[in-house]
Amino acid sequence: MTFSRTTRRVLLGALALGLAVVYFPLLVVLLNSFNADPTFGWPPAGFTLEWWSRAAGNDGALAALRTSVEAGVAATAIALVLGTMAAFALQRYKFIGRNPISLLIVLPIALPGIVTGIALNNAFRTILGINLGLFTAIVAHATFCIVVVFNNVVARLRRMGNNLEEASMDLGADGISTFRLVTFPMLRSALLAGGLLAFALSFDEIIVTTFTLGAGMETVPIWIYDNLFRPNQAPIVNVVAAVLILASTVPVYLAQRLSGDSASGGRL
Amino acid sequence: MTNAPPGASPRRRLSASLHHRPRVRLSLLLSGPLIWLGLAYLGALAALFVTAFWSTDVFTGRVVVSWSLDNFATLARDAVYRTITVRTVGVAVLVTVIDAVIAFPMAFAMAKFTSRRTQRLLVIAVMTPLWASYLVKAYAWRSMLSGNGVLHWLLAPVGLDGPGYGLTATVITLSYLWLPYMILPIYAGLDRLPDSLVDASGDLGARSVRTFFSVVLPLAMPAVIAGSIFTFSLSLGDYIAVKIVGGTSQLLGNVVYDNIGAANNLPFAATVATVPVVIMLLYLAAVRRTGALDTL
Repeated sequence: MTFSRTTRRVLLGALALGLAVVYFPLLVVLLNSFNADPTFGWPPAGFTLEWWSRAAGNDGALAALRTSVEAGVAATAIALVLGTMAAFALQRYKFIGRNPISLLIVLPIALPGIVTGIALNNAFRTILGINLGLFTAIVAHATFCIVVVFNNVVARLRRMGNNLEEASMDLGADGISTFRLVTFPMLRSALLAGGLLAFALSFDEIIVTTFTLGAGMETVPIWIYDNLFRPNQAPIVNVVAAVLILASTVPVYLAQRLSGDSASGGRL
Repeated sequence: MTNAPPGASPRRRLSASLHHRPRVRLSLLLSGPLIWLGLAYLGALAALFVTAFWSTDVFTGRVVVSWSLDNFATLARDAVYRTITVRTVGVAVLVTVIDAVIAFPMAFAMAKFTSRRTQRLLVIAVMTPLWASYLVKAYAWRSMLSGNGVLHWLLAPVGLDGPGYGLTATVITLSYLWLPYMILPIYAGLDRLPDSLVDASGDLGARSVRTFFSVVLPLAMPAVIAGSIFTFSLSLGDYIAVKIVGGTSQLLGNVVYDNIGAANNLPFAATVATVPVVIMLLYLAAVRRTGALDTL
């Protein structure tokens, strides 16, 4: 490469500085969860574990966690099926309307969340006459999770080609056996990675959820949002935030290990 | 594969008949996603657009089905909504530009100056905060920006103060939130860019700056645009960051939200929501030719 040593140093410095800035606020949240000052004045007033023990017994936060997990698991399951079907159709066949369909898959995350949110809210309540509940939130989440699975499976299909499947058919296996014994095992880690990222996307979503989850129910982000402006709740919110920062490293790490493809997020 | 022999199992016959009918296979594969996204999602979007032409009964609060352009007229005529639209687009453009300027050098250093192994670790390092909850990150900035928060503490020795809550805080927070959405596509784009092109440019006598503007930037542009789609769209629709750190300034998302909640005026909310959709569709149409959409 022809770049001078100074250029290299400056750019690597920018990278290091950028990452430091990205992690700094998250570190502050973690440190604040042990800050004895309940208003989180800086520098910390002292060390305490009180907020962590109070958060562990908070029923609202635990109920919200359960709702988040239920919605995430169901939406991920739907997205896995539909995203894989779409990936096979668009990767393995040439047909008219291929481009509009790939645009359609991206649309739910390419359009602002509030638009997707009120469009589905309006469709459920005014048009279909369905009351909002966990079910409607699952439908909404699945809609924007499809693309995550789709992206992961398309990337894998593109890389693996179809030589092995053709070999399997030549050796006399029928289509179903070939899928079960050849195609699926090769796709498995891509599906797992896509599923994890879809779950993470669903778990994090707040705008669409606000408009599609029934009254009286909360997901973790909605719980945080509802408690954010209550001064006496601040320490518990901070602990939940700290837990989420730590927990979010798990799916990313696993997805990265499993997929082997470079960047593979939903909106990426 | 030939036709299934006579007397073969039903499963085998089904498999064989599917094998000979690629169109049937394709329509089976497409049926699920198309019913879900094509019918349900596009249907909901279309219905929303139709609702924008309806109105709300002032006394009962119910939606009245009577076609008119009144909502659009209000939106166009009222100076408040014009200001908010301009402000929202301004914030979205600003956030996108800030993110592109910060992300490009970072992505470039990642793609070109580090080993394969380090690259994988760096991708994880960039992706991890992406999945740390949106709300946690907005919240982190709320405590950073607060009156006795870290920023105040950091800036006080140099005689400055943090921006506090307001439009500047919104731009900072949104830029922070969407930065990984810009870094990762640009990194992926630069990673695909062959080093030999950069070397060739150097061999032909171009200096770093010339190589950057004549070779690297044009080839990386689709990746930058791919990233901009998300930073731009996510900023256009956001109302939560505004509520958390934005003080009193409103964006389009807040108008939509307030019209659904407090004002209970779904038709007008729908009308306001068409603004970001139209802007986004125009943007998507404009960048379609650059090939950016294929890399999403």
